[in-house]
Amino acid sequence: MPRLGLRSLALAYLAAILAGPLALACYRALEHGVSPAWRALSAPDTIHAFELTLVVTAVAVPLNTVFGVICALAVVRRRFPGKGVLNAFIDLPLALSPVVVGLALFLLYGRGGWFGSWLSGHGVQVLFALPALVLATIFVSLPFVAREVVPVLREIGDEQEQAARTLGASGWQTFWRVTLPSIRWAVVYGVVLTTARSLGEYGAVAVVSGRLQGRTETATLRVQERYEGFDLPGAYAISIVLALLAVLVLLAMTLVRPREGGV
Amino acid sequence: MSIEIVAVSKRFGAVSALEDVTLDVPGGSLTALLGPSGSGKSTLLRVIAGLERPDTGQVRVAGDDATALRPQQRNIGFVFQHYAAFKHMTVRDNVAFGLKVRKRPRGEIAARVGELLRLVGLLDVADRYPAQLSGGQRQRMALARALAPEPRVLLLDEPFGALDARVRAELREWLRRLHDEMHVTTVLVTHDREEAMQVADRIAVLNRGRVEQVGTPAELYDAPASEFVLRFVGDAGELGGSLVRPHDLELLLEPLPGSVEVMVDRVTPLGHLARVELVGGDGAPLVARLTREQLQELELERGKILWARPERVYAFDS
Repeated sequence: MPRLGLRSLALAYLAAILAGPLALACYRALEHGVSPAWRALSAPDTIHAFELTLVVTAVAVPLNTVFGVICALAVVRRRFPGKGVLNAFIDLPLALSPVVVGLALFLLYGRGGWFGSWLSGHGVQVLFALPALVLATIFVSLPFVAREVVPVLREIGDEQEQAARTLGASGWQTFWRVTLPSIRWAVVYGVVLTTARSLGEYGAVAVVSGRLQGRTETATLRVQERYEGFDLPGAYAISIVLALLAVLVLLAMTLVRPREGGV
Repeated sequence: MSIEIVAVSKRFGAVSALEDVTLDVPGGSLTALLGPSGSGKSTLLRVIAGLERPDTGQVRVAGDDATALRPQQRNIGFVFQHYAAFKHMTVRDNVAFGLKVRKRPRGEIAARVGELLRLVGLLDVADRYPAQLSGGQRQRMALARALAPEPRVLLLDEPFGALDARVRAELREWLRRLHDEMHVTTVLVTHDREEAMQVADRIAVLNRGRVEQVGTPAELYDAPASEFVLRFVGDAGELGGSLVRPHDLELLLEPLPGSVEVMVDRVTPLGHLARVELVGGDGAPLVARLTREQLQELELERGKILWARPERVYAFDS
């Protein structure tokens, strides 16, 4: 049976690439009992790292959601010079290595950088502080909402929006009552991807954070720090909590979303 | 409310959609914009709605210049060919939309929506979604939605074009009755001459972005101002260099003064009437319309030679 063959192949691939390593991480974390894992998780620096990751995500996701929807509307509904450039720029973070993003921020906001000297002159510390972490995370998770919303906007066309306007709706009313409900699942899916990416970002954040324990160390950086400190159960335990967070986000979306292709 | 279109032109890139169009739509009338695809009729309707902005010229509603107004400021009702239903709203919410954005009191909205749903016969399906309706029901919903805010002007863009023939005929008749009751100034875009003739009390024939002629259906049929109008509002054939209507042709078994020799090519019975396709001596095709009795009297069959005499011919200086 070719169908059975395809299904087995897909499941085997998933098992080898995803489930296997995750299961192994779980096993390693709890290999020597619960207490080493718990010690790593309950350490104040770990708790702070998770808090920091959540704060960064909580700032980056709403900003990228609003920006992503605006970008998608501009790209699909408007004509303006430079539209092609904007369209290409939305994809840039997908093509660029996060390390390069981090280095670019370093050059901009570091000592002697374009913005860095002016900002530090006004007492604002960007690098090695929360603002840099947020900027790096926003940059790498920027495309997801726009990329989800653009094809849906194209597909639904603008007739419903025109109808709303002939019925007396202002641009704002049209957006809230007609456009947003039509793209809401694309937005939700984009938010999920953005959240997952924000929680898991390592490269760009690693360059700009300075890794100050208990201050600028996010959860992913904390994993690396534990790993390098030969606290393997701790590193695995933190990884698993991160993975659980991502699964939770995906699960939330599956629960919120009705059946496939619903209205 | 009357609508006046004054010297409106509109280009899309290199394509000229409307060229210096001037047209009066009297208040309370049902005017059809009739023309082939690409004649500019939909663009003209969208200019009236404010969905397109004319390059030059003016749109006046009830005497006031409305050219610069946005669609939402014009107080119009617009019905799209493909319904443009709000897919995520029930039928009731679709119809209520125009009242809700105007922030009318709840009780008033419920009463008006109920009244309109009864009028269009959708009360039973008021809580369904558009995807659960037939095409005819969706278009009636779109009409009710457009009428709900009591627009000054109702604009219909090929509203029945996507429906099957029987539903189309029903809705046409229904629209005509609705208009007779409500008297809201209505502009209907169509490429279907029968639809225009049946529903409208005035027709503007458009061709290549220009208005060819404006008049009642009878005026257009009996006194076409151009060959284009003659051919577009009814069948026409050529006989001896002039244009004739099918029902103006008399078929004879013997030659008479003024008659031309023709050969029968094909006979198609259409109920009481029959359509007879003929070929003239110069090879030009020609159509005659005969009653069943005339058909039997003449004993027509393919290849038979007859003489055709036009009772009336049309000539235009090109």
